Amino acid sequence: MSSSTDWPLWEVFVRSRRGLSHTHAGSLHAPDAEMALRNARDLYTRRSEGVSLWVVPSTAITASSPDEKDSFFEPAGDKPYRHPTFYEIPDGVKHL
Amino acid sequence: MATAAAHTAAGTEPGEAAHPAASSARTAEQQAAFDEAVAADERIEPRDWMPDAYRATLVRQIAQHAHSEIIGMQPEANWITRAPSLRRKAILMAKVQDEAGHGLYLYSAAETLGTSREELLDKLHSGRQKYSSIFNYPTLTWADVGAIGWLVDGAAITNQVPLCRCSYGPYARAMVRVCKEESFHQRQGYESLLALSRGTKAQHEMAQDAVNRWWWPSLMMFGPPDDESSHSEQSMTWKIKRHSNDELRQRFVDICVPQAESLGLTLPDPDLVWNEARGHYDFGPIDWTEFWAVLKGNGPCNDQRITQRRRAHEEGVWVREAAAAYAAKHGKATA
Repeated sequence: MSSSTDWPLWEVFVRSRRGLSHTHAGSLHAPDAEMALRNARDLYTRRSEGVSLWVVPSTAITASSPDEKDSFFEPAGDKPYRHPTFYEIPDGVKHL
Repeated sequence: MATAAAHTAAGTEPGEAAHPAASSARTAEQQAAFDEAVAADERIEPRDWMPDAYRATLVRQIAQHAHSEIIGMQPEANWITRAPSLRRKAILMAKVQDEAGHGLYLYSAAETLGTSREELLDKLHSGRQKYSSIFNYPTLTWADVGAIGWLVDGAAITNQVPLCRCSYGPYARAMVRVCKEESFHQRQGYESLLALSRGTKAQHEMAQDAVNRWWWPSLMMFGPPDDESSHSEQSMTWKIKRHSNDELRQRFVDICVPQAESLGLTLPDPDLVWNEARGHYDFGPIDWTEFWAVLKGNGPCNDQRITQRRRAHEEGVWVREAAAAYAAKHGKATA
């Protein structure tokens, strides 16, 4: 551990019900994964908000940089032909 | 709340300082992008560039808010062991637990701005950061628990609902969660006061006495009048705040008057009267001398609250150390 007495930071993901994906709910400090799960249960599902929890060490996440947002996502910008609305279909054609 | 990798301030590139002209042009560009995002009602996220003063204002406000949540556990926890029924006891315990949770949401939000939990707690314990002065008043009777739920949580909700649209994403998201949970707090308080108000004469008087003592401090929770509020204008421009202190206070008074009537209790203000022309209730002058005195540390319970908070933290050292030792031994710690 570093000189800080803070426990490591964990990101918490909650699946609200079966069939939905886990969604980021927030973060918390905990000494280990097991405690992180218990703390996450007490902090983020006090009102039965979830049926499944993930905790991930915050340091394990690599995020894209907001500074490079434009150039990073730029390649998709000039490809409207990836969307179905790009194509013109004559009136009356059905099931397409 | 916190997003991963959010804990380093983004925006400055290494070596930039060596080229002051290029750096200031870059800053102007970033400032313009920030202003534009705020004006367009977009959210600012942890890794976005933001002005230093915006960051500092948010840290101060979110920290104060987080501190208020956990200090606020004390006056109410005072009554857990003496709750009049098992039902009221379970409700009160759930509420106090919620306040701890709200504190944690908010500390996480503050940490996305590059401050640490340890630093925040240290500043609370050493008095360098404040908490809401309302929690420096004592809870003298059981009815105070009801009055706090109705009035103190009611005032907090009035303050917090607009914060759900605050320009800083993690704070706004924490507020959405807090507001959802807070409505039970207010309703349980109202219900409890109603039971007392309709009870025996002594119970009714106890409820009235609690309302008499909590009404004015609740109005002070909205902060100083607009013309004396030092941070208000800038916070409004930054869309951290959406309404002025006086505006929110008026909204709260207008909501409370009919609620008090339904309770069968009165509010301790002889000047409280409906003003047809304004479409609002007029109310009497607030004793700001008292507000500033409590804020400066001279309220009835300032010392008690901080002493108790420090003691709880110090007495928890062995738990934190044991958990860390266990994690180290079993190799599950990751940082």
